[in-house]
Amino acid sequence: MAYAHGIGGTRYVFGDLATLLARATPARSGDALAGIAASSAAERVAAQRALADLPLTVFLNEAVLPYEADDVTRVIIDRHDQAAFAAVSHLTVGGFRDWLLGEAADSAVLARLARGLMPEMVAAVSKIMRITDLVAVAQKCRVVTRFRNTIGLPGTLSIRLQPNHPTDDPRGIAASLLDGLLLGAGDAVIGVNPATDNVEGVMRVVEMLDMVRERFAIPTQTCVLSHVTTTLRAMERGAPVDLVFQSIGGTEATNRSFGVTLALLREAREAALALGRGTLGTDVMYFETGQGSALSADAHHGVDQQTLEARAYGVAREYQPLLVNSVVGFIGPEYLFDGKQIIRAGVEDHFCGKLLGLPMGVDICYTNHAEADQDDMDVLLTLLGVAGVTYIMGVPGADDVMLAYQSTSFHDGLQARALLGKTPAPEFAAWMARMGIGPGNAIPAGLSPALIGLA
Amino acid sequence: MSEVSHLRRFTSARVGLGRAGHALPTAAQLDFEEAHARARDAVWSALDTDELAAACPLPATQVRSLVRDRREFLLRPDLGRRLAEPHGLAPSPGCIALILADGLCAEGVQRHGPALVARLAAALPQAALVIAEQARVALGDAVGEALRAGAVVMLIGERPGLSATDSIGAYITWAPRTGRTDAERNCISNIRPGGLGAEEAAGKILWLLGAARALGATGVALKDEQPASPLLSP
Repeated sequence: MAYAHGIGGTRYVFGDLATLLARATPARSGDALAGIAASSAAERVAAQRALADLPLTVFLNEAVLPYEADDVTRVIIDRHDQAAFAAVSHLTVGGFRDWLLGEAADSAVLARLARGLMPEMVAAVSKIMRITDLVAVAQKCRVVTRFRNTIGLPGTLSIRLQPNHPTDDPRGIAASLLDGLLLGAGDAVIGVNPATDNVEGVMRVVEMLDMVRERFAIPTQTCVLSHVTTTLRAMERGAPVDLVFQSIGGTEATNRSFGVTLALLREAREAALALGRGTLGTDVMYFETGQGSALSADAHHGVDQQTLEARAYGVAREYQPLLVNSVVGFIGPEYLFDGKQIIRAGVEDHFCGKLLGLPMGVDICYTNHAEADQDDMDVLLTLLGVAGVTYIMGVPGADDVMLAYQSTSFHDGLQARALLGKTPAPEFAAWMARMGIGPGNAIPAGLSPALIGLA
Repeated sequence: MSEVSHLRRFTSARVGLGRAGHALPTAAQLDFEEAHARARDAVWSALDTDELAAACPLPATQVRSLVRDRREFLLRPDLGRRLAEPHGLAPSPGCIALILADGLCAEGVQRHGPALVARLAAALPQAALVIAEQARVALGDAVGEALRAGAVVMLIGERPGLSATDSIGAYITWAPRTGRTDAERNCISNIRPGGLGAEEAAGKILWLLGAARALGATGVALKDEQPASPLLSP
């Protein structure tokens, strides 16, 4: 069905829900590349006004991608919790924004609501919210997950230690890993992006990370971020896999371009659960997402990238993940052109993920062909820290020498925790205290490099 | 008791930097800024195609994508995947197309591309060489289709990082044709001195080509199960 709104004597008509959502989206290069962005500022605000007047119940009856044609739509609709939705079913999108910002929407209410919300509803309301609105609501969301520690408790900020190396050299990885531990990173996960997808090479890194974790008795989990099929093979061969990683997107065709199906993800989760390696919990999945991935795979079907990103979260929550993060500035300037667009997208992604009930982290990052720099990342880190982001990345000196992009450094994590009064996950904080990790440059004896092969 | 600075000898990553409060010390901060400035400039570097062709052991056909300039290249990846017409590609059914392409940074391909091509061409009698400007990875599909190639090896400049502005990525696509997805390719990244050297990279590419020929496919169906190289040993 069509939607319309008049501004200054011009009547703007939007042919369907997907078009309305796309035109209402704050400006970004990816929607322009897809040819679906508003053609003027006035058209955008007309779409936002029309969107604000839309009853939330419209989303129950009009899908942005047909149920028959897309398995992500099927997951979203089949798993929608009508009883939970009842709390907001009387609201328009605009009324939903006001309600979210109000006192009645406290942490407990929002947690109960999560399964009643569809990704498209959450994306829609985010489009008429300012950054501070998105931060304020996300801050009220509580999502706690567990494997070998407890992630997401109020007052904590966790960090994925990302000790990547251009050739997966075990000592190179170990050196970055130890550096990160000494700077308080690693409570979310110690996760390596492997340089190749070679099964043997991946297994070697999995085993090395497990060795370090055991040697130092670190209350955390490890992960090698290989393709899910590689991880499955590694598990078949007996590799000590804690978490199964996969990049996912918000359409069936995007996931196909990643070489995954919903059934394959289920199979991998079951294989990881069967290993029974979690001591505090059974959250074994780790997903990464990012605005633009569907368009990059020519699998967006005319839906805006931010709505599709929220739909990817609809996929993620099928699998009870330990960690989910948007890699917000990684994909490049054709999707998010500059610091302003990356900052807005990072705050949106965190808000949408949290409202949908996910343990949402953000890889606060940019590439060298984007119009962005460290100052932009500092702004985004501070905003997300205030918003209660579950975790961020920790990369040596902010420079990932394997993936060739800039993320947050171990130092950034320390600074954010200090500025915002946050601590690591409690089990990890206790371990740091036990090991004598502090501000000096000397390495405590219990963390001697020689213990992990760095003689 | 050892110091964190000792960790530096094991990796090119920025480890053991020390601290000023919770932040980076001044020298480390400015090292970072300098590297970022160099990488930013490298994005805008261009291939010297004549010099590149002269340095290669095979005759090269030069092609371009539909992109007109660097800014358009950054904003319109769709145009970077499409082959400009007319082009001088003559069909050579079943050939292995080796493509040297600028991608997001021309520096690495300019410097290290010819050595990689020489090693691959020595082992591939049916190799055909193409040099492509303003190219995205999937331009290889269009080139391969025009050549009626059996496979394409796209040797393309990776986006510059702070530590390296000369990395090449190799994307191998069996039976290339327009519309192939990234899941139908195999990728080897970080090919550069200090990363994966030319000889080892060529070995991996040749192994993958052999495995692809046996399987009749590349991508997630083809797992890189070549025994790990000595470089990966502790």
